[in-house]
Amino acid sequence: MKRYTIFVITENFIGILNRITIIFTRRGINIDALTASESRIPGVHRITIEVTVTEETVIQLVNQIEKIIDVIKAFHHEDSGVVYQELALYKIPVSRLDGGLEKIIRDHHAKIIAAEPDFVVLELTGHKEKTRELLELLKDYGILEFARSGRVAVAKRMLTIDSFVN
Amino acid sequence: MRGADIVVRSLIAEQAEIIFGYPGGAIMPVYDALYDYHDQIKHVLTRHEQGAIHAAQGYARISGKVGVCLATSGPGATNLITGLADAQIDSTPLVCITGQVAAHLLGTDAFQETDVMGISMPATKWNIQVRHAKDIAPAIAKAFFIARSGRPGAVLIDITKNAQVELEEFNYSPCQEFRSYKIHHPVDLPAIQEAAELINSASRPYLLFGQGVILGKAEAELKFFLDKSGIPAASTLLGSGALSQEHPNYVGKLGMHGNYAPNLLTNQCDVLIAVGMRFDDRVTGDLSRYAKQAKVIHLELDPSEINKNVKADVAVLGDCKESLATLTEAITGKKHEAWMAKFRALEQQEKEAVVQHDLTPTKAGLTMGEVIHQINQYKADDAVLVTDVGQHQMIAWRYFDYKKTRTQVTSGGLGTMGFALPAALGAQLHDYSRQVICVVGDGGIQMTIQELGTIMQTKAPVKIVLLNNNYLGMVRQWQQMFFDKRYSFTELDNPDFIKLADAYGIKAQKVDERSSLQEAIEDMLIHDGPFFLEVVVEKEDNVFPMIATGCSVEEVRLH
Repeated sequence: MKRYTIFVITENFIGILNRITIIFTRRGINIDALTASESRIPGVHRITIEVTVTEETVIQLVNQIEKIIDVIKAFHHEDSGVVYQELALYKIPVSRLDGGLEKIIRDHHAKIIAAEPDFVVLELTGHKEKTRELLELLKDYGILEFARSGRVAVAKRMLTIDSFVN
Repeated sequence: MRGADIVVRSLIAEQAEIIFGYPGGAIMPVYDALYDYHDQIKHVLTRHEQGAIHAAQGYARISGKVGVCLATSGPGATNLITGLADAQIDSTPLVCITGQVAAHLLGTDAFQETDVMGISMPATKWNIQVRHAKDIAPAIAKAFFIARSGRPGAVLIDITKNAQVELEEFNYSPCQEFRSYKIHHPVDLPAIQEAAELINSASRPYLLFGQGVILGKAEAELKFFLDKSGIPAASTLLGSGALSQEHPNYVGKLGMHGNYAPNLLTNQCDVLIAVGMRFDDRVTGDLSRYAKQAKVIHLELDPSEINKNVKADVAVLGDCKESLATLTEAITGKKHEAWMAKFRALEQQEKEAVVQHDLTPTKAGLTMGEVIHQINQYKADDAVLVTDVGQHQMIAWRYFDYKKTRTQVTSGGLGTMGFALPAALGAQLHDYSRQVICVVGDGGIQMTIQELGTIMQTKAPVKIVLLNNNYLGMVRQWQQMFFDKRYSFTELDNPDFIKLADAYGIKAQKVDERSSLQEAIEDMLIHDGPFFLEVVVEKEDNVFPMIATGCSVEEVRLH
């Protein structure tokens, strides 16, 4: 099993996400992360799905996604074929702030993006391994909440959406 | 005009001749509109929405046109789901229109509201909810195009009640393409060349054909390919009829209850050519021991089928009408007499071990096989065989004499009991003059037996042949073979079917001995109007050959 990023270029119609996820649920496959956003072209959306499966399975998934009538194109890449980023937010109680935490924030290039009377929110962008590492360290500081985005990714190969849409 | 009128006018614009449906609150405006157009489009009131959709499937399979179905919201729509799933897995073109509560009530658990979009999504090729009258005509145009093009399938349009009563101009333009839906794959010439080289150098090539040949209207191309190549050819369940069984290259049927030679020799061929079939598990048995010795050539329209179950050494994506024709030009003419003789020798073994028992039994009890054998003696060449699911389905398929294309309607992929009676009605309503023979078991017929009422009302001259063994026979066979004869809930106490048919005004006859079988079948087939023939058959007969679950095709058993 390997980690793959599946890109889906699709019409922006109601229910399309449901049709895509059904393909995973039918086979009992867990989606590691999923993000949907608009693309460069109006009316065309892109969905990025991160999944850990065998190569044979990812090919079948992509074929079945592409078979969905309103999907314009679907393809997959291994991690080496994509440039990707994730964003994590950490909520820490103010009472636990000390010199040790300051060092951790500096070492990880995290940012404090909000400061409230009771808590601060740290932000870190990076790959999952990196955001997880910070999470582990912050457990000693009474972390209150943790949230991580799905993968936002672009493919390395020089094909543009236009070539599929037109 | 009202949205409801737009619905009906759009169906007429798509040349729909007949709608199978059932009215109810949320679809009433469309039914009101139908009242005005009854001279331009026919509507058949079934007795249950499941009956409506199976009838639409039967109609579609025989006519090659899109079957149309109409139902109300909530339970009307949920009753369609089995038929949608059945049509989708068997690539049957359908457009189903369901009424829905008014748009402002969506999501509020209103009366007869159900999330039809959500429920039907996994069972449809495409579905759409329409909430405004202006969107009705474009949705119907797109639905028909999607249902019939590419690999056909089931489409559902859910129309809210407010959209049916809103006023809008009617402008209909058929849909011919849209950017996310690519159906035309030009024939891949290098792949054809590669396939031709494999075929030309093969000493034991073998061709399997499925319903794709019928859907792609490639029957003649298949025949030319076989004539030239001399390659033995076997059919899947749904492919039956694509090639006349009298063709010299025809060697029989594939799968769990197919013929002996076609299954066994799958593991002895050196090149396997699959045309318009999808290597269903009922065809392949254990995949890890399926045709491992062979180079596989797969001619297929649906890219997601390639390498799904069996890895193709050469995949030829595209319409098999084109690819088969191109491939025929690229191969050299041959005969494969020694290889063909192997099929014929095994066929002889099957005759002695199975067919003789089935067709010329020595025991007193009637067999399902001899009933089909008698039907063959009197049926028309283009008679349609409609079957349900179970032992009778496999037996009828094994012994029915398929001579023409589009002569078979059965539930293949989904295995839907209760399919046959309404499907036969739909097939018959496409053409009253065609002989439609509906072979059913005593289990399946009782799942949709209310459609005898629709047969009565439409006077559709369907010939119903009930093979009654007072058992859910296929399940009983499995219980006998794999569950120590523990016949758990498979025996049926049945009603008096003859009285029942009589109550519906359908001429009926019961046969329980061999001496009266032949005459009864003859009488049935010449009868002008529907006919119900009940044949009491041997209670505990089994269907063979058989590839048990988990076994390899070469482990096909004769007893």
